[in-house]
Amino acid sequence: MAILEVKDIKKSFGKTEVLKGVSFSLNEGEVLSIIGSSGSGKTTLLRCINFLETADSGKITVDGDVIFDGEDHSKKKAKETREKQLKIGLVFQQFNLFPQYNVLDNVTLAVKLKAKERPDYKQNKKQILAEIEEKALKLLSDMGLSDKIRSYPCELSGGQQQRVSIARAMALEPKILFFDEPTSALDPELTGEILKVIRELAKSNMTMVIVTHEMNFAKEVSDYIVFMDDGVIAEEGKAQEIISNPKTERLQAFLSKISD
Amino acid sequence: MFWNVTQSLMEGFGKTLEIFALTLLFALPLGLVIAFGSMSKWKPLKLVSKGLVWVIRGTPLMLQLIVIFYGPGLIGSWASQLESTNPLIQWLATWECFDRFTAVIVSFVINYACYFSEIYRGGIESIPKGQYEAGQVLGMTKSQTFFKVVLLQVIKRIIPPMSNEIITLVKDTSLARTISVYEVIWNSEIFIRTDGLLWPLFYTGLFYLIFNGLLTVVFGRIEKKLSYFKA
Ligand SMILES: Nc1ncnc2c1ncn2[C@@H]1O[C@H](COP(=O)(O)OP(=O)(O)OP(=O)(O)O)[C@@H](O)[C@H]1O
Ligand SMILES: [Mg+2]
Repeated sequence: MAILEVKDIKKSFGKTEVLKGVSFSLNEGEVLSIIGSSGSGKTTLLRCINFLETADSGKITVDGDVIFDGEDHSKKKAKETREKQLKIGLVFQQFNLFPQYNVLDNVTLAVKLKAKERPDYKQNKKQILAEIEEKALKLLSDMGLSDKIRSYPCELSGGQQQRVSIARAMALEPKILFFDEPTSALDPELTGEILKVIRELAKSNMTMVIVTHEMNFAKEVSDYIVFMDDGVIAEEGKAQEIISNPKTERLQAFLSKISD
Repeated sequence: MFWNVTQSLMEGFGKTLEIFALTLLFALPLGLVIAFGSMSKWKPLKLVSKGLVWVIRGTPLMLQLIVIFYGPGLIGSWASQLESTNPLIQWLATWECFDRFTAVIVSFVINYACYFSEIYRGGIESIPKGQYEAGQVLGMTKSQTFFKVVLLQVIKRIIPPMSNEIITLVKDTSLARTISVYEVIWNSEIFIRTDGLLWPLFYTGLFYLIFNGLLTVVFGRIEKKLSYFKA
């Protein structure tokens, strides 16, 4: 059973149709990379899945739960949407860390706020908060940030900030983690540390969808690759094959342009 | 003589401080209301808020003082002359002048609330969209995102323009004399007229300098407190 199923997603901004019917699915523990030229709709697709935009039509299912259905026009309660939101995580290109909180608090803030809704929160407050911190510390040490937990975002390098933001997303234990060009805002020498972290996550069987321009990395880390062009999926398949043996002319052109 | 002057100026400056404190007390929250109004998605509310800010910022405070002091009384007597049975007119007929001090506070509060609202609005709108989106993606509610994430960043950004505006308020209190509310400059001017003394006027300046100096220190402290992060 696929953990993520995206069916015929369409999205227009005004008169421009940005997504013209995008479908794909992904199994648990697999990594999917989305490649494609600028303006092909990769970010818009991720934003539609993560509720930052509302698709015009289509259907999105996560782990058997329909999180979006274009046919269903009933008004959603904000709380319901939030519950669905928590099944998936998103790592932004620009990190979007909270500047006034230190690293540890950035990672724990949302988790602590969510814990307040637990019925046993009042009784076990101390224990719950301690567990949250402990888990965050573990995540941060996995990210190689143990010595930075009291630092503020403005004191960190871009690569470190992006690792914090990955830990922040992981702290909510999403079923799927989405990345929108996680290394594009970084100096070339810092991209390696992020790619290493993502590689580790892939090894631990985290289900991930990654929009990236790093072809070699996509080929190495992902099971499948989707090539988007002008709002549709122009080609998809096993990672190795897509990159080494592109079938459509558009993908061939894209790959040769990238390798220049 | 020096003692006389000091006593009189202290009294006047008491009035000044009173106007200052009451204005802040009401204008700070009212400004937030107007700011949310002018950012509202509901067009009529947005239009009314923006219109109010435009009129208040576009006309002198002195004019507003005079209108608010004399206006209600004039409307009242005009309405009672009509001897109409229309309930609205009858209600207008009950309008009377504010007493002088109330008129000063009302004018100052409205005026400063409008200035503050623009500072608040600028601060809120300058927070990058990514902060709200990060909050949403992390499953936080809109109010959690506002209070836990955005608010402190807004405060940090508005402290410098707010401190400017508040120091201007200290000096603007002297306009209260337009409708004969006797603040410190009025009191010191009396010494020119009755005793031909100029120095009480400089002495008055000292009151302002010291008070604004204190405010500058306080705002400096707050800025320093919030300098641990960049936003
Ligand atoms: N909020 C918006 N309003 C109007 N048009 C938009 C909006 N967001 C995106 N678009 C348009 O949709 C198209 C696809 O944009 P999108 O950001 O999804 O592309 P992308 O594949 O992520 O590109 P890149 O590789 O540069 O990040 C672009 O033509 C863009 O101008
Ligand atoms: Mg993009």
